[in-house]
Amino acid sequence: MHIDWVALGQVFGVSVLMTVGLVGVFTLGIVGTSGSSRSVAARAGAYACYALCAAAVAYGIVLIVGK
Amino acid sequence: MEHITLLIGIVIVTALVFDFTNGFHDTANAMATTISTGAMKPKVAVAMSAVLNLVGAFLSVEVAKTISGGIIDEKAGVRPEVIFAGLVGAIVWNLLTWLAGLPSSSSHALFGGLIGATLVSVGTHGVHGDAIVMKVVIPAVAAPIVAGVAATAATRLTYRLSRGRDEKETAKGYRAGQIASAALVSLAHGTNDAQKTMGVITLALVTGGVIAPHSDPPLWVIVSAGLAIALGTYLGGWRIIQTLGKGLTDIRPAQGFAAQTGAATVILASSHIGFALSTTQVCSGAVMGAGLGRKGGVVRWSTAGRMVIAWCLTLPAAGLVSGGAALLADQGSWGVAAVAVLGLGVSGAIWMASRRKPVTSENVNATAPAEPAGVVTAAMQAVAPPPRLNGAGGPPSAGPLAAAAPVASVATVAPVTPAEPAAAAS
Repeated sequence: MHIDWVALGQVFGVSVLMTVGLVGVFTLGIVGTSGSSRSVAARAGAYACYALCAAAVAYGIVLIVGK
Repeated sequence: MEHITLLIGIVIVTALVFDFTNGFHDTANAMATTISTGAMKPKVAVAMSAVLNLVGAFLSVEVAKTISGGIIDEKAGVRPEVIFAGLVGAIVWNLLTWLAGLPSSSSHALFGGLIGATLVSVGTHGVHGDAIVMKVVIPAVAAPIVAGVAATAATRLTYRLSRGRDEKETAKGYRAGQIASAALVSLAHGTNDAQKTMGVITLALVTGGVIAPHSDPPLWVIVSAGLAIALGTYLGGWRIIQTLGKGLTDIRPAQGFAAQTGAATVILASSHIGFALSTTQVCSGAVMGAGLGRKGGVVRWSTAGRMVIAWCLTLPAAGLVSGGAALLADQGSWGVAAVAVLGLGVSGAIWMASRRKPVTSENVNATAPAEPAGVVTAAMQAVAPPPRLNGAGGPPSAGPLAAAAPVASVATVAPVTPAEPAAAAS
């Protein structure tokens, strides 16, 4: 029996990195847009974070559809 | 369609019933924490999940080539009776775990059912033992670990980054993000699981000589499989939603977002890399991970323990039921009829039992499931830092063990109020 440890390791690494990365980026977006006295730069950065997350969702849909 | 025999017809109907229980069972994976954090209203959440499951059923171009992913040797003499017996076992186990409110893998139930029926009807040479380890055991063991680690790390990070922010203020953003993640999980579920039913029906049609081998499923198969899973999803296995959303741990918006995003990422990453992990175990692991990631968060280990036991039992239990069903179905037409009647009877009995303590969209968030604070939970609470803001647990100075007691007593007394059956009867 051959267990593909490399693939399993990849799944682990990619999953953890992507989850932490996406949640982190999205949280930065939330932090940048919450609160009324935020600067323009903070807001712009926050929207960039949201855009990045939206792109990730779009990539997720591509992965699902293109299977 | 004039060539469809009664037996093939029964197999198709049974496959659609399984598809229905599959949707019913797995709503929780995508929507449990979405509902418990209040990101979406219960009915709206299951409606969205149902639509995405339906869309997913139509999206996938490639039909599952083998219904069991190579676990059973489908050329070794899988007749419609075997498929039928396998499906009955899977349905019965799905309903039993639903009654207990435990998330368990519908795929494992289907595999177990097919394995049990094949063992009885065909013999040991019809089952590939290696494939069971590769396709069931390892993905199921790895899934909660991978998802749990990812969700724990993500929860820690998001709480650290948003430190000093008002939780009410950030909750809106987290909820929005969670909806996106849940939508992805639903869509992925539709493409995967509706396919399995299409594969089963197509295989039954091929074995009955209705359609040529290796042909694509007819449109009516795709439509009916998609509708069955969507209907099951919409009706919502509220019992399992309650366990996953409220029973395992108390989920806040930030945790719900981390858990759901972790689940979506793990599901997509694993299937993309080619080492698909079990969806149910991924989602449950992610919820537990999110529970561990928050300071003061408590995972109810006795609930988690029962869940893990159900995971371990799924394959053998479904296999046992299906083995018995196969033994009966092999006796001829009356045997098949007996299995059908018994299956309906057991399903009816389980449904009746569920009416005693109904869980509906009305009360899915209202109460914690009956859960006495187990020894492990109490021990973990004693070791873990006490919750900072525990609404139900009294003053923090009372100590973690004292705080656990009232929670447990409330939970055991008030799972369902007598007023509920009226609402549930609708």
